[in-house]
Amino acid sequence: MIYKKRYASPFIIWIIVGTVIPLASIAYYGFMDRTGSFTFTNILAMFQPNHLQALGLSLLFAITSTVICLVLAFPMAMILRESKFGKQGFMIFVIILPMWMNFLLRTMAWQVLLERQGVINSIITAIGLPRQELMNTPGAIVLGMVYDFLPFMILPIYNTVSKIDKNIIEAAYDLGASKIRTFKDIIVPMTVPGIVSGVTMVFIPSLTTFVISNMLGGGKINLIGNIIEQEFTVNSNWYLGSGLSLVMMIFIIISMLLLQKFDKTGGENLI
Amino acid sequence: MKKTLANIYILIIMLFLYLPIIALIVLSFNESKSMAVFTRFSLKWYEELFQSELMMRALINTFSIAIISALIATVVGTLAVLGMNSMRTKSQNALMAFNNIPLLNADIVTGIALMLFMLILKIPRGYGTILFSHATFCIPYVILSVKPRVNKRTDKLYEAALDLGATGKYAFRKVVLPELWPGIMSGFMLSFTMSVDDFIITYFTRGAGINTIATLIYSQVKVGIRPSLFALSTIIFIVALVVLVIINIRQSKADKDNKMAFNL
Repeated sequence: MIYKKRYASPFIIWIIVGTVIPLASIAYYGFMDRTGSFTFTNILAMFQPNHLQALGLSLLFAITSTVICLVLAFPMAMILRESKFGKQGFMIFVIILPMWMNFLLRTMAWQVLLERQGVINSIITAIGLPRQELMNTPGAIVLGMVYDFLPFMILPIYNTVSKIDKNIIEAAYDLGASKIRTFKDIIVPMTVPGIVSGVTMVFIPSLTTFVISNMLGGGKINLIGNIIEQEFTVNSNWYLGSGLSLVMMIFIIISMLLLQKFDKTGGENLI
Repeated sequence: MKKTLANIYILIIMLFLYLPIIALIVLSFNESKSMAVFTRFSLKWYEELFQSELMMRALINTFSIAIISALIATVVGTLAVLGMNSMRTKSQNALMAFNNIPLLNADIVTGIALMLFMLILKIPRGYGTILFSHATFCIPYVILSVKPRVNKRTDKLYEAALDLGATGKYAFRKVVLPELWPGIMSGFMLSFTMSVDDFIITYFTRGAGINTIATLIYSQVKVGIRPSLFALSTIIFIVALVVLVIINIRQSKADKDNKMAFNL
């Protein structure tokens, strides 16, 4: 009992005003129609074919990009654990630095790289392959997701991997475990909290993005994020927009529960 | 052999992370407005940038919002960690669950929630509402950075200082605060970075007539982004690079000094 509990009161007030009441406002609009009476229409609107299709596509893209991020990030974390680059906060530095170039510009830069006359097509044609249509494709959107959110997968996995005691791994070898067995039975289980944190931090923003699909999909591919955004900015139908957002919160709640189950540190691996 | 493969892998990932940034920096020096061909080296976009009141104002907004909201978040977050330390584990866990909501929630949902809240209460949206929203999503970063530093060890250190005759305030300032300081600093830096990089939450909580760099970029996406915005981002990026390198060098030097002190 060193510190006064009331030091936490500004934070508690902030939670109520900045998080609880605003989320309640979404629920308020989500369960209301234009006349102000209670309805489930906005929630059930998720089952309309065009919304369902957008949600399915979003899920597909989000799962794909999360898996790619995981596959890319795990070896990176393992390498950094053993290399000299892993020390002295260098890693955090290298991964945070790109954020100083605004994320909209970084995403847009992929347009430059993917265009018909762009850098990547020049390389493709240089090795004798035909020019590819890379922009405005699902592939471009997934690439944008992987690019934007990869750091959020690397950091939590690196955080847990770097905390594994070297002696534990050596003990496994001494007891006769093969490299693969050590990886499967020692390293991966000990990294689960980081993996779950990373998966959440990539999956949710990928699932709900509207910016990446706008910029790299050329506005032709509608994800659920685009639909929600348009309800607020173009159609001015806050009720429908709120209803769809509430449905999206189901995925967010699931990921919070998963995180609570696997990460006992209370989210310290997230950053 | 294994080492070479590992280094190649790091190189590929780094290339992936930095390739678009390099492309933007190159394009900021391109004379033509085309994003496809580099015609000739030119500084004209840098000139345009400094003459554009719109961009200068967006720059000032972005950074003043980032500094103020990161400061608010750092103070509120650090105090919260101290206060929570005296609470029962159950209450702590409950508060931490709420703390993680803005972190895990989709930005679009956070942004819409804050916007609807402001609309219901008829709070006019502008600079103040962006500031409030940014502090809201920055506080969790500060709490997660500072919380691991307040533990049994710092409690014991504090008590030891009291036993040796220090007053509570003095013991906190001289013994506890230096222990928390790295966490507080990284919380501040993270908040600041997240605030500068944010687009989605700003997009929903800003009113008409106020722009940050991000919203200015988004407003030009459909018509073609002016290369002077690339120039602006290049300058910010280079400044950040220099500042972060200096911080890193100083920190690793401080770490070395610390180790030496321990060895003595």
